[in-house]
Amino acid sequence: MQQIIFFFVRNKYFLLFALLFFISFVLTINSHTYHKSKVVTSANFLSGGIYSIKSSITDYFDLHQQNMTLTEENNRLRTLLFNSGMMDSEMALDSMVLDSNYTFVTAQVINNSYSKTKNNLTLNRGSNDSLKIDMGVISPQGVVGIVVSLSKNYASVQSILNSNSQVVAKFKKSNHFGTLVWDGKQPNIVQLIEIPRLASVVLGDTIVTDGKSTIFPPGIMIGKVHNFDRNEGDDYYDINIELFTDMTSVKHVYLVSQRDAPEIKELEKTVEDVEQ
Amino acid sequence: MWSNSVLVNIVRFITLILVQVLLLNHVNFLGYINPYIYPLFILIFPLKGNKGLLIFLSFILGLTIDMFEDSGGVHAAASVFIAWIRPVVLKYSFGVSYKLNTLKISTAPLSKQIIYIIIMVFFHHMMLFSMEIFNVNHILLILKSTLFSGIFSTIIMVISILLFSRKNI
Repeated sequence: MQQIIFFFVRNKYFLLFALLFFISFVLTINSHTYHKSKVVTSANFLSGGIYSIKSSITDYFDLHQQNMTLTEENNRLRTLLFNSGMMDSEMALDSMVLDSNYTFVTAQVINNSYSKTKNNLTLNRGSNDSLKIDMGVISPQGVVGIVVSLSKNYASVQSILNSNSQVVAKFKKSNHFGTLVWDGKQPNIVQLIEIPRLASVVLGDTIVTDGKSTIFPPGIMIGKVHNFDRNEGDDYYDINIELFTDMTSVKHVYLVSQRDAPEIKELEKTVEDVEQ
Repeated sequence: MWSNSVLVNIVRFITLILVQVLLLNHVNFLGYINPYIYPLFILIFPLKGNKGLLIFLSFILGLTIDMFEDSGGVHAAASVFIAWIRPVVLKYSFGVSYKLNTLKISTAPLSKQIIYIIIMVFFHHMMLFSMEIFNVNHILLILKSTLFSGIFSTIIMVISILLFSRKNI
């Protein structure tokens, strides 16, 4: 017994180090595998608060560019609206609100990273603004990421530039779909994998989200084909996609939620359970 | 005197975290190079200070940075690691005399200070990037990040020691 106590006393620093290192290691592994059960995130009052103070100061520096981006988006949406013929009837607007499957919440990015292999963003909205885990985040130009953790007033978003991130995407022209992943190299290039060789791929083809995953509505812009490659005998293409969103300067974003998402998920879950 | 030193360390702790998360994490030099200054807290923690306390404070320091960066526990792991190996590195760079009361890091010869900083920064960054990237296939990226960020961090730390050291005390 005495020997055990002596052992602990003699090695107390090493044991303390080993314990704390073990905790950090578990937290790290945790963040690499189960992204939804993260323990330590920037969505809390301390880091969220400090980031929003910082953001309220630095917002002014790129105000001009942000205004341009939003004006361009307004322009695009206005074109859509006028050409769809919905503009003159106010009734259409009313019924749209009642019947819309997708609802949007606006938010501002208060912290952004793009230089690591696992990047995250922090938003100034949280569960008080009816945000939910797994909501899709889009910018005026395209897809940004997925909400992975929430506090009352802040949300942490897994960026599309995160090696854990997987988004279902398809060709706008042909509906061939694959998975969008990131190799961690360039902040404007992501990879589209699992596109079968039957698909015809041309440089500059537009890639949009696929409605299958219930996170993003179908048809949200992602990017265009930058270059592609298929080895002889491979069944799938390796495609590099150039993102439409400039992830290094994203500021105003929208969060999408789908009214039917819980129902669809439940249905899919029952089917999976039956198959097992 | 004792409470003064505690106060200095508390202020240093908070200042280094704020400088790190508000300024240095957004440098992104050449796209991916960010310097890290917060390990300076561990480097210049009082030499006579309690080792256990240092290891514990390093954990809190690293975890705070992790919270801001959403990076799991990578900074905590790297910080705890260098806090633990600090006595060995001190002995290597300054000789056994560091245990005597005479030595202060800021009054030691500059070359010895730089060697000490380089060794500590190397271990910290190596651990940090290995944990963050966590993939043997990207070993080249780990080494590249360690080297470039390491050079940057070392320069920043040497400059801040030179600027803020109080030689007259």
